[in-house]
Amino acid sequence: MATDPYLHNDNLKSRIMAGLGRVTNAWGGVAVQGISTLGDISLFTFQMLRWMVTARPKRETLLPNFYSVGVLSLPVVALTGTFIGMVLAIQSFHQFKSIGMETRLGAVINMSLVRELGPVLAATMLAGRVGSAMAAVIGTMRVTEQIDALISMGANPIHYLVVPRFLACVLLIPALTVMADFMGIVGGYFYSVIVLGIDHAQYLRNSRDFVGTFDLFSGVFKSFFFGAVIAIVSCYRGFHCQPGADGVGRAATAAFVQSFVMILALDIVLNLFLDAIYFAIWPSGAKLF
Amino acid sequence: MDESIVDQLATASSQGPRAIVETERLTIQFGRQTILKDVSISIPRGQTVAIIGESGCGKTMLLKSIVGLLRPTSGRVRFDGQDINLLNDQDMTGMRKRFGFVFQNAALFDSMTIHQNVEFPLKQHGIPKGKQSNRLIIDRLAEVGLPSNVMPKKPAQLSGGMRKRVGLARALILEPDLLLYDEPTTGLDPIMSDIINELMLRTRKRYPVTSIIVTHDMHSARKVADRIVMLHPFSRLKPGESQVLFDDVPEMLDKTRDRRVKQFVNGEAGERLMEMLVTKNEGDLETPNLYDSIRRNETDGE
Repeated sequence: MATDPYLHNDNLKSRIMAGLGRVTNAWGGVAVQGISTLGDISLFTFQMLRWMVTARPKRETLLPNFYSVGVLSLPVVALTGTFIGMVLAIQSFHQFKSIGMETRLGAVINMSLVRELGPVLAATMLAGRVGSAMAAVIGTMRVTEQIDALISMGANPIHYLVVPRFLACVLLIPALTVMADFMGIVGGYFYSVIVLGIDHAQYLRNSRDFVGTFDLFSGVFKSFFFGAVIAIVSCYRGFHCQPGADGVGRAATAAFVQSFVMILALDIVLNLFLDAIYFAIWPSGAKLF
Repeated sequence: MDESIVDQLATASSQGPRAIVETERLTIQFGRQTILKDVSISIPRGQTVAIIGESGCGKTMLLKSIVGLLRPTSGRVRFDGQDINLLNDQDMTGMRKRFGFVFQNAALFDSMTIHQNVEFPLKQHGIPKGKQSNRLIIDRLAEVGLPSNVMPKKPAQLSGGMRKRVGLARALILEPDLLLYDEPTTGLDPIMSDIINELMLRTRKRYPVTSIIVTHDMHSARKVADRIVMLHPFSRLKPGESQVLFDDVPEMLDKTRDRRVKQFVNGEAGERLMEMLVTKNEGDLETPNLYDSIRRNETDGE
């Protein structure tokens, strides 16, 4: 039986158009959802900042959060910091030895640690240990109506739950970063000098010559932003948790993944900003070689 | 009797039977889904109203919109003559001192002890402190039949019934004007359900409180309520029909002619079971064995 070629073409065309329509609709939905979430997070942050300046958080809400974020995170940050310092020494040693510059290892390890790995590592540990716990706790409170109970008794959940967590993360992450830096430096020194036998005096002199106050400052400065991102993303995810155990699990996972992605994205922006400041102050810059 | 209770009684009697809670054409929608549509209910001071209806008809939404936990899409909610959605944060916080909410699963704060949970509303509103506060907490717990040795325990260490009673003690601590119970007997054994019913009755005798009880439990509704309001899911209504199917004293439930009210009160699935079995393709049955067995039972019955 003969087929109508026009009808066939028409069918193909309409199918292609329908397919394009579906793809556009799907991507449009994703874009609208993304913009809506961004708007929601901005409003959430604004409300949190407003409550932070208009009402003083209560001591009984601050202390447990400070203890959880600061004290309980310290051992894991110190331990991972030490390992990272040692790993850096192991990874860089052979390359630097092949060009006869193994004494410069101190500069490389310590510079990497204070500028980059210390703050990012402390932030990652905090996002994993504290961020997902925050999302899970607030999410559970949401699904078990504890947040509704707070509101019904005249408490504002943003003031009661989010502000103390935000303050704990922002104020204590610099201390954790310094701890990660310090333990990384100790770990790197131990492996380079004690295990690999690099000259102790030269290792320290190189470290001192190339790692300056600005490097330490830039790491600590970045950590404030990382802490803020962890608290905002985790609390937001908890507040917008879907019902059920699955919802709480998803909120906790999303809190870590999204905080981590945001930390790395912010790291790029902040590094560009800090480099611009650095080269504005010291146009020639410090040179390793 | 406490001076505050005497004052409240005097105020209540001077104000007469004026409605303490009123909803006017209350509509709640989530996206395209309509939960409540033009629901108008007026609750006089001192009355105990049970709101019944099948799951998904919007009972809890109605309760939450009355205390401002949910902002209606349209319509008004008035508490003591004031539109609660027009109040600013500060006034709303003040207003919430006059509400007590008993949540379905008690909604006690996991991280706090029972003492801290019951004390929370007092601390939140800055009244009273120290020994006086402790005395009040012990008294409220005793009123719901809980000894003072539960105070240092965490909610997870208590049974479901005890948690509900702590929830009631917490809701009563500020001697509210309006008590809202969200399915207070759900998930409890019959004896504990009756204890909760008796506690609701005792609370009403002891305090000049208006109560709204959302429940599925007809025994509880008949025992405790002065008036019963039955809501029907909006999606199942005929065009132009009111979502409030029944609004009268409990005794009238047995005299109603509405088939849907009768079915709910007697716990009969009726045509709902058939609807559940039929899939999108008409006549194509999802679980033919179950359908056959129902038909067989019906035939046997005949």
